[in-house]
Amino acid sequence: MSDKRTMVDALNLALHEEMKRDDNAILLGEDVGVDGGIFRVSKGLIETFGEERIIDTPLAESGIVGTAIGMAMAGLRPIAEMQFSGFSYFAYHQIESHAARMRWRSRGRYHVPLVVRMPYGGGVRALEHHSESREVIYTHTPGLRTVIPSGPKNACQLLKAAIRDPDPVIFLEPKAVYRSVKEEVPEDLDPLPLDKAAHVREGDELTFVSYGAMLHRTLEAADRLQEEDGISCDVIDLLTLAPLDAATVVKSASQTGRVVVVTEAPQSYGPAAEIAARVAEDAFVKLEAPVGRVAGYDIHMPFFAREQSYLPSVDRITDTARYTLEF
Amino acid sequence: MPQIGMKPNDPVPVLSVLNQDGALDETLEPDLSEDTLHRMYRTMLEARLFDERLLNLQRQGKLGTFAPVRGQEAAQVGSISALEEDDWMVPSFRENAAALWRGTPMDGLFLFIAGYNEGLAIPDGKKDLPVAVPVASQLPHAVGLAYAEKFRKTDNVAMVYFGDGATSEGDFHEALNFAGVMEVPVVFVCQNNQWAISVPRKKQTASHSIAQKAHAYGIQGIQVDGNDVLAVHAATRDAVERARNEHKPTLIECVTYRMEVHTTADDPTVYRDDEDVEAWEERDPIKRMRDYLTGKDIWSDDQEEELRDTVKKQIEEAWKKTQKTIEGLDDPTVIFDHMFDEPTHLIKEQRARFEQDLQSGRDADE
Ligand SMILES: Cc1ncc(C[n+]2csc(CCOP(=O)(O)OP(=O)(O)O)c2C)c(N)n1
Ligand SMILES: [Mg+2]
Repeated sequence: MSDKRTMVDALNLALHEEMKRDDNAILLGEDVGVDGGIFRVSKGLIETFGEERIIDTPLAESGIVGTAIGMAMAGLRPIAEMQFSGFSYFAYHQIESHAARMRWRSRGRYHVPLVVRMPYGGGVRALEHHSESREVIYTHTPGLRTVIPSGPKNACQLLKAAIRDPDPVIFLEPKAVYRSVKEEVPEDLDPLPLDKAAHVREGDELTFVSYGAMLHRTLEAADRLQEEDGISCDVIDLLTLAPLDAATVVKSASQTGRVVVVTEAPQSYGPAAEIAARVAEDAFVKLEAPVGRVAGYDIHMPFFAREQSYLPSVDRITDTARYTLEF
Repeated sequence: MPQIGMKPNDPVPVLSVLNQDGALDETLEPDLSEDTLHRMYRTMLEARLFDERLLNLQRQGKLGTFAPVRGQEAAQVGSISALEEDDWMVPSFRENAAALWRGTPMDGLFLFIAGYNEGLAIPDGKKDLPVAVPVASQLPHAVGLAYAEKFRKTDNVAMVYFGDGATSEGDFHEALNFAGVMEVPVVFVCQNNQWAISVPRKKQTASHSIAQKAHAYGIQGIQVDGNDVLAVHAATRDAVERARNEHKPTLIECVTYRMEVHTTADDPTVYRDDEDVEAWEERDPIKRMRDYLTGKDIWSDDQEEELRDTVKKQIEEAWKKTQKTIEGLDDPTVIFDHMFDEPTHLIKEQRARFEQDLQSGRDADE
């Protein structure tokens, strides 16, 4: 039997395995039980683990996260789902005011081993508020880890790590990748560390840094640069945005001297800005060109007929890379 | 232990005027002209046929996802028809029937569902808010709009729509509480269609009714048969008058049923039985109103047939117009429009770069 899975199936596998491994793990959210989640990420869990551990909650994000914080302080391992990241703002005050701070506030007496899962990002022709990339809201909140997988296998391994982690983890799932990529994901995989980027391609002329759905467009751009210009690119998949694995980025930047960051978040104050700053601080003398940023614009995500005009295209990525190479 | 003398299920008034067969409780029949009744019936039918066409176009891949109205036509038309043009209409995301009554053009609705921001444009002078997708987020706005009307000493009111699921959000409770404390002219219309995607009403709240939640905030609550257009209208008219004349808010719970999918991205067979849906088919609000009109001798089979034809043509014309409009919407730089009163230097810079990319022949990925 092949173990080829989509990201949805891989996340589902991680949930099954972790809930089996730890009787304290609880999944709660809107439509996560009987419906199996609107994207089917939690399909079959209620049949296996019952209504006490798989909770279809009332429709209230603040209630979901606040309740999960209480559960976590009492020793359970809640995995809370926000149906879309665009509705997590209702819960943000619980995340900022308590999840991120409880360990610090209680001087170590309590901690909050909570995972807040949420689909995010554009590209699936969804309604308003269903396509944004606001990861920096979370990466900018001290006390949180923010994780963004890019494919089925790392999604499975990172979710396991997030569930086992003793502190709150914001787990953003790029829904454009939910079903578009299939990959070998065997059972019983080990978790990945929550502070390490992955080197997904070796090259020595330019460093691409990306994550989530944009990693796939970045890889396409790297292919094109190889084919059309004979340029070999190093490609780094961040996986965990906070804390940022700056060492891996800086090491590659020091070798290539040229860096382009690709993200679908709005550009200003975005993830690319932080990465550019770290590279400037720690690899300044090795740089041959300013760090390139391919990001979303500082506008609201347009309704879906025009969402591709907002999202970084392979063309834009390639152009920025060429500019950086020719600088 | 002494028992505290409270009944667990604080009763609220329940109103129904038409029974399942369109038979009438004449003592409660609202006084509506034949024209108004015809217009109400027409809007309900428009909503039903429009829904069917939307589903059909969505399945052909020509439209994006949307929330059907089917089953809730009476709840929407019964309530919105109690509102005046100068009153505020604050929708959630499932109010196409109410929108049609307010004169929202069908091609605008089509355009919105086809994924163009232009479809959400509100014609000048209309006091309708754009569709609100984040559940319950629009309720406090209605309170603020109503406060502004009271502040300016007009006699206008605000009416806000939401579902049973919305009553779980903090915004619902905050809005009702503010409305009670501030004594503003607002009418809260809950369409309790028994489902919030896959979550049944029973799992949404342990309250006996949604209407009774009004009492906790010191405002009036009433439950109505939401598939009975006359009951919804009578209750809403009463609430609108109380808001207009006394600045007293009301929560109306329309008990109805979501006959269709939640949105076109949803598969209800996973969580509900066909029999439940079929049982509600018997209470179809459109059929019930037709029976009432026929019983009153102000509707005939010929009129029915003619109306259906007219509405179908109207829908096809609107769709044609939409397709034409879409052909004209080929300038993607509009994604930078309407961010600020004056575009900031940052927006101008990014827009200029975007235009440059377009000119150099760089297309967006599909
Ligand atoms: C704050 C928020 N959370 C989640 C969602 C996703 N969602 C859209 S509609 C819906 C259910 C709404 O149920 P209800 O209020 O009963 O309205 P209905 O869909 O039945 O009209 C959910 C969970 C959302 N749009 N907004
Ligand atoms: Mg509902």
